[in-house]
Amino acid sequence: MLRVDRITEGIVIDHIQPGRGLEVFERLGLRRAGYPVGLLMNVASSKMGSKDIIKISDTLDIDLTMLGLLAPDATVDYIENGVVTRKVTPGLPERVVGLIECKNPRCVIAIERQGTSVFVLVDREAKEYECAYCGERVRV
Amino acid sequence: MAINHFLGSLDFSPEKYDVLFSLASRIIDSPSDYTDRCRGKLMATLFYEPSTRTRLSFEAAMLRLGGGVISVASAKSSSVSKGESLGDTIRTVGGYADLIVMRHPKEGAALLAAEYSPVPLINGGDGAREHPTQTLTDLFTIHRFKGRFDGLTVAFCGDLRYGRTVHSLVKALARYSGVKFILISPSELRLPERIVREVNEINPEATLQETTSMEDGLESADVLYMTRIQKERFFNEEDYIRLRDTYILTEDKLRAASEEMIVMHPLPRVTEIDYAIDADPRAVYFEQARFGMFARMALIVHLLSDKEGGDA
Repeated sequence: MLRVDRITEGIVIDHIQPGRGLEVFERLGLRRAGYPVGLLMNVASSKMGSKDIIKISDTLDIDLTMLGLLAPDATVDYIENGVVTRKVTPGLPERVVGLIECKNPRCVIAIERQGTSVFVLVDREAKEYECAYCGERVRV
Repeated sequence: MAINHFLGSLDFSPEKYDVLFSLASRIIDSPSDYTDRCRGKLMATLFYEPSTRTRLSFEAAMLRLGGGVISVASAKSSSVSKGESLGDTIRTVGGYADLIVMRHPKEGAALLAAEYSPVPLINGGDGAREHPTQTLTDLFTIHRFKGRFDGLTVAFCGDLRYGRTVHSLVKALARYSGVKFILISPSELRLPERIVREVNEINPEATLQETTSMEDGLESADVLYMTRIQKERFFNEEDYIRLRDTYILTEDKLRAASEEMIVMHPLPRVTEIDYAIDADPRAVYFEQARFGMFARMALIVHLLSDKEGGDA
């Protein structure tokens, strides 16, 4: 059986949908992290059958908006002094700034260098967001 | 203090629209009371897309209120052509003027501009998204001729897909009870699903009836809102030409309509309303254009008064 050491200070992102872990790892910028990180894929799970897990040591800082977009049902354990001090399920963020690209060629964000995309959650069940500028809807 | 902008037709509540209608009517009744209302104030008009009516009516409105106007007529003659961002342009112009009116071809441009504007900003049209002062004009016209919004049947005809005046007006009217919409268009130019959804969200009881037959739509309408098929919204010339002459209002077709119905059009018209209709008392589109100036006067007074903590 594969074993990864427990972390005493850091974050464990658990219950990531199997196969999604690598994308989460990349989009959270963990490839360039200067601290120890681990990605485990297809780990047996009593709840999900299998799951992906990311362990991040030595930091408690994570982009929950990005994580919420990619893995809204994951659980995030914050570990301090070897103890889980907080458990968070990120869920889909209400407002996403700069992370979703608006595909509408008529949208102002497509041409303005100074503009940053803003998407607002309009349908949680359908995972649908709407561009705050042009109203274009996207599913994540 | 938050700056008051007017970016979309739903920015104002029906009650606030009522305040503007009363003010606009007072201006019509007694224009001399308002000739100095904006003395010493400056309005900048930034039109990055062609416009005659909207720009002129805004400029006429400000001049009639005693204020001044500075203007950029097109993007070609502005620093945007040198690559300046919209945000930088707005910040700069906001330092010169007390109020900005902007028309821009891109959807959402007004919202983006407002994020940078130090003064009230009015959306003079942003792509196919919104044209709220046309909505203000349209609502004021209906208010003047019909005296109510509740229970009206409003038929929209022509380009309901790209026609931003339609999108804005439909949403604003949906807030009144018992309003029924008849949507007359070719299948290619139907009202976008997004707008239908928004109307249903605003008022689940609003009735929307779609038809491709102009005659069917006219019989029960209190208001007929005609629109131009807009060439600039098409990427393809062939599609434009094919659809341009689909719905033309003639005296023959108007016979099916009630004598009390009014015919509105945001103008300019091309071929969609026969010139013979102009003499019909139901044709109110030139009056509508005139009302637009008074409605914009009321809006300017309101936004500039609000900024200073006063009232309209």
